[in-house]
Amino acid sequence: LHAAILAPFLFAAGLPLLARLLRRIHPGWVVFPVPLALFLYFLRNIPAVKDGQPVSESVSWIPSLGIHLSLYMDGLSLLFVLLISGIGSLVTFYSIFYMDRRKEDINRFYVYLLLFMGAMLGVVLTDNLMVLYGFWELTSISSFLLIAFWHRRDRSKYAAQKSLLITVIGGLAMFAGFLLFYLMTGTFSVREMLAQIGTIQGSPLLIPAMLLILLGAFTKSAQFPFHIWLPDAMEAPTPVSAYLHSATMVKAGLYVVARFSPFFAGEPIWFWIVSLTGLITLLYASFQATRQTDLKAILAYSTVSQLGLIMSLLGLGSASVIHGDVAYTKATAAAVFHLINHAIFKGSLFMAVGIVDHETGTRDIRKLGGLIAVMPITFSIALAGSFSMAGLPPFSGFLSKEMFFSAVLGLSNLEMSGGQIVLAFIPAAAWAASVFTFLYSMLLLFKTFAGPRKPGLPMANPHEPALGMLVPPVALVSLAVVFGLFPNLLSETLIEPVMASILPGLLEPNQSFLVSIGMWHGWTAEVWMTLGVILAGTALYVLYGKLNVMEKAVPERFSFSFIYDRCLHAFEKISASLTQSYMTGSIRHYLIYLFIFVAFTVGGTLFAAKGIRWFSGSYAPVTLYETVIAAVMVLAALAVPFARSRLMSIIFTGAVGYMVTLLFALFRAPDLALTQLVVETVSVALFLLCFLHLPKLEKKFVSKRRKMANLAVSAAVGALVTLVALAALAGPSFDTISHYFVKESDELAGGKNVVNVILVDFRGFDTLLEITVLGIASLGIYSLIRLRMEPGGTSRALAAEAGRKADERRAVLPRSNDVMLRTVTRSAVYIILTFSLYLFFAGHNAPGGGFIGALVAAAALVLLAIAFDIRLAEQTVPINFRKLTAAGLAVALLTGVGSFAFGQPFLSHAFGHFDLPILGETELATAVLFDLGVYMTVTGVAMTILLTIGKDDGSWKS
Amino acid sequence: MALSIGVLFAVGVYLILSRSLLRIILGTSLVTHGTHLLLMTVSRLKTGAAPILNGQTEQYTDPLPQALILTSIVISFGVTSFFFVLAYRAYQTLGTDDAERLKEGQNE
Repeated sequence: LHAAILAPFLFAAGLPLLARLLRRIHPGWVVFPVPLALFLYFLRNIPAVKDGQPVSESVSWIPSLGIHLSLYMDGLSLLFVLLISGIGSLVTFYSIFYMDRRKEDINRFYVYLLLFMGAMLGVVLTDNLMVLYGFWELTSISSFLLIAFWHRRDRSKYAAQKSLLITVIGGLAMFAGFLLFYLMTGTFSVREMLAQIGTIQGSPLLIPAMLLILLGAFTKSAQFPFHIWLPDAMEAPTPVSAYLHSATMVKAGLYVVARFSPFFAGEPIWFWIVSLTGLITLLYASFQATRQTDLKAILAYSTVSQLGLIMSLLGLGSASVIHGDVAYTKATAAAVFHLINHAIFKGSLFMAVGIVDHETGTRDIRKLGGLIAVMPITFSIALAGSFSMAGLPPFSGFLSKEMFFSAVLGLSNLEMSGGQIVLAFIPAAAWAASVFTFLYSMLLLFKTFAGPRKPGLPMANPHEPALGMLVPPVALVSLAVVFGLFPNLLSETLIEPVMASILPGLLEPNQSFLVSIGMWHGWTAEVWMTLGVILAGTALYVLYGKLNVMEKAVPERFSFSFIYDRCLHAFEKISASLTQSYMTGSIRHYLIYLFIFVAFTVGGTLFAAKGIRWFSGSYAPVTLYETVIAAVMVLAALAVPFARSRLMSIIFTGAVGYMVTLLFALFRAPDLALTQLVVETVSVALFLLCFLHLPKLEKKFVSKRRKMANLAVSAAVGALVTLVALAALAGPSFDTISHYFVKESDELAGGKNVVNVILVDFRGFDTLLEITVLGIASLGIYSLIRLRMEPGGTSRALAAEAGRKADERRAVLPRSNDVMLRTVTRSAVYIILTFSLYLFFAGHNAPGGGFIGALVAAAALVLLAIAFDIRLAEQTVPINFRKLTAAGLAVALLTGVGSFAFGQPFLSHAFGHFDLPILGETELATAVLFDLGVYMTVTGVAMTILLTIGKDDGSWKS
Repeated sequence: MALSIGVLFAVGVYLILSRSLLRIILGTSLVTHGTHLLLMTVSRLKTGAAPILNGQTEQYTDPLPQALILTSIVISFGVTSFFFVLAYRAYQTLGTDDAERLKEGQNE
């Protein structure tokens, strides 16, 4: 069974390849064997299923969620797989002649078709509701793809979207219903649910689950008022309409209703909803069908109405469970029988209409007429199909129509709470709907084929199509005749097992329903009703032209499609304006969202976890120094927003930085203090360099409300962070993982400065990436400043010119003439550079390391640049710092890679002890080499940044 | 301590929300400072000697956050300078350092 479902998918995947190999033949021939083989395979299963031995197989998929690919084939499933594969083979065969492989993207068509076939088989064969849902949505998607097959037509796209939206919304509702079932039973397996049917029927979730599942079924089966997508779906190629939108996919809803009947059939509300929805659909759509002029539109509405008929029969059949009376099962038998009949006659009618369309170029009954003379075989097909649809003997449609009448007539004996009037009304509605059905069947048939030929057809000489297009519909109508004359061929093999699946509660073990269908029962009420239908229908047909029903069309705005369009439009508008209301494009707004969100989530978590602590005794004693420093820092920070000039705000920020440095020093973090100190210095230098070119802080008018909002947000964030910090201080302490680092630092990595060892050794990979980020940032800066992306490719010339101008200007500008500074600098630079080297080498054991050393070196060079001139500094140290960056990165990377040579993982270091002159005994680890890479990179980055900014003077400003 | 971190964050956020690019950059650096101190705080302030092994004491401050902060300092240096240059270039090209007006320029 799994192979049966898998086969269409596999073929769909392989089809483009196969089609390329077999370029000469129509790909339909490659596809055709698939449904045919499946059909034969399923036919072979009929005897087993009939004897009450369902086929079942199971493969685990997500066992932890109770989702298994378990397949189960009882009577109901068997009926559907036979329909899917049987009609599927005929449609494929038909499409070989209908679809022109030279004009259409034919492979795509068959891939979609196979996709649908596999999905549909999955829907009806699986026992697991989650799997069923998955396949269900897959059928919606393949239907979407097939409707939009001619995707350049606007109408196709519109129709495809409409069908997808409606069926998927229904599918989601059904999914929710399935979940409710899971809540009730704890399993997704339908059979296991059946075993717990007592729990389900007592559950308060039963009714919501029922409504949700029905929503899914009604949307899929195009029940009123969700029917609006089906007439539009006729934009699909005709084989698709015949297959998906009349024979199989739209019946998936019926399948679900039938499948869930065992659970719900005992509920009166189920009886009412299903029967009445079906009946309304039947009546409404059959009336609508008489007003259509497009052949396929007639068929579409007729499909909707027939689906309603079957739906209402399924609902009426549930009366048998409520009353425990087998007599009412006649409706169920009629439903099953009509399901088969409908697939047969509607399939043949669609194919006949497809032939007419194919040969004449139009489907408008106002333009057609008299085709009987040129297309006698097609006419015969259409005749048989329409008569079966209209319920005329000797076709099978007549029998199911009779059964329908007797089912509704049987209702008069029914005692239903509070609905006697409605019940009395049902036979009348059924009769009226049959009259309309008769009318549109006759319209379809005679307007197309009888009467005079009309001129002006798009194709001048209509004639019988290729034989291949006639074979499938002929096969179908002969079935209609066979089943009409010998209905009991079906009743034993299919109808009885199906009914056993739908209404299992009515059967004793090893018992089965007995269904016997006959053509003639004497002059019963049903016969009189049929005669009445024929008379009234004929009368209406004769009067049709005079009544002018078509002209008196109900205004567009009252149709359901109109409502759908309006809703869709409104949704689009609302969501667009909603999106625009918060996606303002203002970074300030986005930041406020972020901050508020963080404040709420973190604050909420803190609050929920009762993490807010104001005090606990375990604070480290606060010294006077710390208090003072913290106070200064806070004051400096508070002063920043009030600073009037740029200089002041930068200085205040710098002050905060230095206070942080001091705090680091106090908190026993010498490396941090050093780094922060140098970074702060370099940053301030950087600020000042940029400073030259940035505008003054303008006193901007900021509305008070805005200011308050900013204030509130920032105060909230500040308060939150304070709370977090307090909570962290007061909360239970975690076991730090640093003990490992502290313990192993010396032994494993040969370094005493644990921080540095962590950076270059234990977490060396992080550091490698970090300096890479730095390198990228510096290149970004370089390119921002130096490579002016002027449009038109003149950037190089422009830059050169700008550079010359800058030089001229600089020549005029006085150099720094601070003699003191220059004198001090001259010697200080060397001292600082030496110190930097010392820091670098000492780094492994004492405070220091690559980062700090490099930044100190950069600071030295900056000093040089400030004291003299940037150009001079550049000449003194003739290094291309970008290349230095690259070299540093390469060194670091190679060190890491080097460890591969010794069979070690990336970045594992070796170390040994060496006696170095001056520095004394040192452990020289390869980590030092890595640190050298870091050193070079950071120097390169810092200098690249500073020099690029420093040298730029904005003279080229556009 | 916690309070001063809170102040740093509050002022930083306030600056970030303002319109001037320069202030935004200064705001980020204040928030960075705050974060560093927060990291220090979370790791318990001052419960031992500096994490430089000397063979004498077993009590060291936690070196791990320090390593984290060191990394962060360097990265934030890179990021700040990049911001700076970005703001600078934006000012040169667009003639404003007002974040709101930059947006308008983009819409045009």
